[in-house]
Amino acid sequence: MARAAIPGRLTWQLGRVVELVDETPRCKSLVLEPPDWRGHRAGQHVDVRLTAEDGYQAERSYSIASAPEDEQLVLTVERLEDGEVSPYLTDQLRPGDELELRGPIGGYFVWESSQGGPLLMIAGGSGVVPFRAMLRDWGAGAREVPARLLYSSRTLEDVIYRNEFERVAEKGADVQLTLTRQWPADWRGHRGRVDRDLLAEVAWPPHQRPLIYICGPTAFVEAVAEALVEAGHEPGRIKTERFGPTGT
Amino acid sequence: MPPGQYITPDFPVLSAGPTPHTPVQAWSFTLGGAVDEPVSWTWEEFIALPAETVTVDINCVTKWSKLGTTWTGVSVDTLLDAVQTEAEYLTAWSDGDYTTNLPLDDVRDGKAWVAYEYDGEPLEPEHGGPARLLVPHLYFWKSAKWVRGLTLTPDDEPGFWETHGYHNYGDPWLEQRYQGD
Amino acid sequence: MEPLDGNAIAGPLFEHFGAEMTTTIGRCAHCGTRAQVAELVVYMRAPGTVVRCRHCGNVVMVLVQIRGELRVDSSAFRMEQAPGES
Repeated sequence: MARAAIPGRLTWQLGRVVELVDETPRCKSLVLEPPDWRGHRAGQHVDVRLTAEDGYQAERSYSIASAPEDEQLVLTVERLEDGEVSPYLTDQLRPGDELELRGPIGGYFVWESSQGGPLLMIAGGSGVVPFRAMLRDWGAGAREVPARLLYSSRTLEDVIYRNEFERVAEKGADVQLTLTRQWPADWRGHRGRVDRDLLAEVAWPPHQRPLIYICGPTAFVEAVAEALVEAGHEPGRIKTERFGPTGT
Repeated sequence: MPPGQYITPDFPVLSAGPTPHTPVQAWSFTLGGAVDEPVSWTWEEFIALPAETVTVDINCVTKWSKLGTTWTGVSVDTLLDAVQTEAEYLTAWSDGDYTTNLPLDDVRDGKAWVAYEYDGEPLEPEHGGPARLLVPHLYFWKSAKWVRGLTLTPDDEPGFWETHGYHNYGDPWLEQRYQGD
Repeated sequence: MEPLDGNAIAGPLFEHFGAEMTTTIGRCAHCGTRAQVAELVVYMRAPGTVVRCRHCGNVVMVLVQIRGELRVDSSAFRMEQAPGES
């Protein structure tokens, strides 16, 4: 399963839900078994489609949280209060149900070790999902380039994959959290939004030419990208993926 | 309710681009094109025109309908009284480059307004403020948000959505959503 | 809702062009700015999806679902590569 997916036909298929995993109060991971899955690249997503009884259809894209090396396909979904799709996925789906999906999709917001680094990932809220795939992929490989994740979350309770990131930190990845709304009294991580000062502290200097991936809500992504360009990073080394609203 | 629609208690915001925020000091409304003399109103002049408050149902082509919505604005009949024309069609145009086309008969005789209040309050930018066209008997994409004028035309000139496959006329009661319906 | 970017329409574009399109480079027909599809500004809450140039804001692509069939008008995005090349 470690081979990169070969682009070909992109057809809708019904994937069986194997398991649902509570990640945080608002986020759930869906472990899926699509009948026809040929592997993927870290950073890619799937499109999910729900069809109501009256034929009404709603489609959403979800980043793949599992790495190409993993046995199972995993998506992580954040439940949005007035979402059309997410509440169904987090509240109604049960193991054994089928979910219509197509993928893997995406060729821009992907990372493989052959692309080099240093690899800098900056996540706002549920924008961290594709970076779980990238870090797992990085961890399973030769780890020739340094990898660093700066992950912004409202509270510690909202941080997804905390144990996972501790494990990948043991392999040498540098995972840094910043909490923006609330933090424990003994909090040793960063506090406050990702701004120029925090980026100056965390990002490699421009002359080291990091490959930078930014993912999260549009306003977050654009503010971070702008700050990095102003700090001297090459726009061509910065890749962005904007999500719809998240809780952060 | 027209076929295929469902009622929503919300007021969904659909947008094809960034929300314009034209200040009223910079706003004007123009009737032009195939008219004897084009006419423009500044915001002050416009809100001094006789206005009506109407309660109507609105139907979006994306299937939501909202019943009993209340709007205040100037009847398009009042605006058309200011020009002479033999044109049979018009293109409504907006800030942000949006256009939609209508037969002139569909905005006459109490069928259309340029509305600047919704539910008794100034129309918010996300819903088309300072003013939008209101043509409730057709699908709501014809009720151009951020409207700045009507250009009268001798021929029918398909607007933005009409050019991209939506129905040229858009009667919700005949479910005219797409070309060919 | 804030606009997204070309990553959000990767699936529909693959469906239409038969290839992964997010890294395809094209020029805005209005202002000439070059960009990858992933960098374009995407508005998905409309009777269709409207894609705009990040530099000048003009429309470069429109995607509409008509009776279950996807129609893509990308005439204002002058692609420099054939779909699938990048």
